[in-house]
Amino acid sequence: MTVQEKERPLSKSEVAISDEHSATIGPFEAAVEHLKREWQLYLMLLPMIIWFAVFLYKPMYGLQIAFKDYSIFRGIAGSPWVGLEHFETLFANDQFLRAIKNTITISALNLLFGFPAPIILALMFNEVLNASYKRTAQTIVYLPHFISSVIIAGIVITAFSPTAGIVNTVMGWFGLDPVYFLTQPEWFRPIFIGTGIWQEAGFGSIVFLAAIAGVNPSLYESAVVDGANRWQMMWKITIPSILPTILIMLIIRIGNIMEVSFELVILLYQPATYETADVVNTWIYRQGLQSGQYDLAAAAGLFNAIVAFVLVMTANTLSRRFSRTSLW
Amino acid sequence: MMNWNLYSRGDKFFAIMVSILIGMFTVATLYPFIYIAAVSFSSGFAAQAGKVVLTPIDATLEAYGYILKDPQFWISYRNTFIYTIGGTVMSLAFIIPGAYALSRPQLKGRRFFNLFIAFTMWFNAGLIPFFLNMRDLNLLDSMFGIILAFAVNAFNVILLRNFFEAIPKSFEEAARMDGANDFQVLWKVFVPLSKPAIATITLFCIVSRWNGFFWAMVLLQSEDKIPLQVFLRHTISNLSDDDEFAIVQTAAGFSAETVTAAIIVCSIVPVLIVYPFIQKYFEKGILLGGVKE
Repeated sequence: MTVQEKERPLSKSEVAISDEHSATIGPFEAAVEHLKREWQLYLMLLPMIIWFAVFLYKPMYGLQIAFKDYSIFRGIAGSPWVGLEHFETLFANDQFLRAIKNTITISALNLLFGFPAPIILALMFNEVLNASYKRTAQTIVYLPHFISSVIIAGIVITAFSPTAGIVNTVMGWFGLDPVYFLTQPEWFRPIFIGTGIWQEAGFGSIVFLAAIAGVNPSLYESAVVDGANRWQMMWKITIPSILPTILIMLIIRIGNIMEVSFELVILLYQPATYETADVVNTWIYRQGLQSGQYDLAAAAGLFNAIVAFVLVMTANTLSRRFSRTSLW
Repeated sequence: MMNWNLYSRGDKFFAIMVSILIGMFTVATLYPFIYIAAVSFSSGFAAQAGKVVLTPIDATLEAYGYILKDPQFWISYRNTFIYTIGGTVMSLAFIIPGAYALSRPQLKGRRFFNLFIAFTMWFNAGLIPFFLNMRDLNLLDSMFGIILAFAVNAFNVILLRNFFEAIPKSFEEAARMDGANDFQVLWKVFVPLSKPAIATITLFCIVSRWNGFFWAMVLLQSEDKIPLQVFLRHTISNLSDDDEFAIVQTAAGFSAETVTAAIIVCSIVPVLIVYPFIQKYFEKGILLGGVKE
């Protein structure tokens, strides 16, 4: 018995239990006693655990339709098994293979152009001396992060419209012919990635600004004594100091390479641009939710989830190993 | 360390160049919003001809008149408020007690429960099984279904649990001395001490609910249940290839472009009003979030 328990009067049932079992208390009785004492904690936890079970784990049970000939009438459990048939179909499907290729290409381009943007922005913010100017600029560049993809897409569609859009208007000033950007496969990726940078670079800089704020000021002080200029300090002090953060963020990004924000893709692509725009999740959406081929689409989803899982776990292990040996 | 008077000429030049670049990026961030606002107040003819650049051309409120007269606009606006408020309250009702329980060392099976929750961040069954599950639960086309099914996510639970874990043991012990039970400890000690973390989670919930689109589009069929984002999407994709609308608009002073822009403005305004209040929290929040699982 714990000290805590002795301090408060025992209830009748507790007296009964301690009378009977005080000498030889079995694991079951111990569990019952623990529950009696701490039932409130379990009651608090229960709704959330049920929520996870019903909305996130039960669909994992439903994933078995990836190996079944699923019919709505027979249900998940009643549909007959077909083994790996759907996976064979998938890997013979040009559109699915194209979707994998597009997902990786878009993620890679996003990494190449989208990843450095917030770092450069944070380094630049660090050089701005006027506090209120800096504050105002930060407030503005964080804003697009909070705007929904539907609105972002609405703005892009309006701005890139062939007749009414500002982009073609400006091109007209320079005598260029109007381009219907959103119907041209070669324009989808630049527009998509550019939109992503516009929306997220500002917000993404917060993490790096925090890392910069954590750099030891005495490093800069001694650099000033040594006669270093700001440019040299940025390269010799700031960037090396935030390198661990940069590497960890990079590892996380690589781990999420299968995750293209497909909501924005759905809002911006059209059949004419599927060639470069269609990613795994948009393919699953059309195949499953629009055409009703649930089993095939679920198989594609399972494949995607497993690849993503392996990538994320690898990234986690790497970043953990890295952060242990790094400066922080 | 950063003192303008100690700057060399080169440093001053560098700082000024950086400030100019920052200013350019800021203007580039802001411009699309200004452009959309200008389009929304322009005449349909001017917008269609691509004359709008910075300020409204042939300023008119016709597009707003068209939107505000549409009962569907008001219904979806109301629905978005219901989803945002209902969803956020639902999230907090699950997450606050759950995270508290997970943060208590006396909870048996804590490692298991933590893994049970964290695992969902790494592995997800995907769109199709989630959709079929919603159908089996009879939650298709249900407002309650939307509010419930997106109430919890592992990230928010872990964020709050970590915050609770960092609260010194002495606070809890003092309350226990006064005879407080777990519910009282949570409500009277932990919640008041965790205002920044709870504010952060509330903010994340509000933003994701206000902006939620994909699942609302997939799960809701009835027009009287759709949120603003779905209505906006319908309007954008329908207006441009709706012949009837093209005939109506020629008579009136608006066009597909100005109407789209007007809806965008209407749905951004609440975000802009709330934004200054939430700004101080999200910077802190994103850093709270950068934590171990």
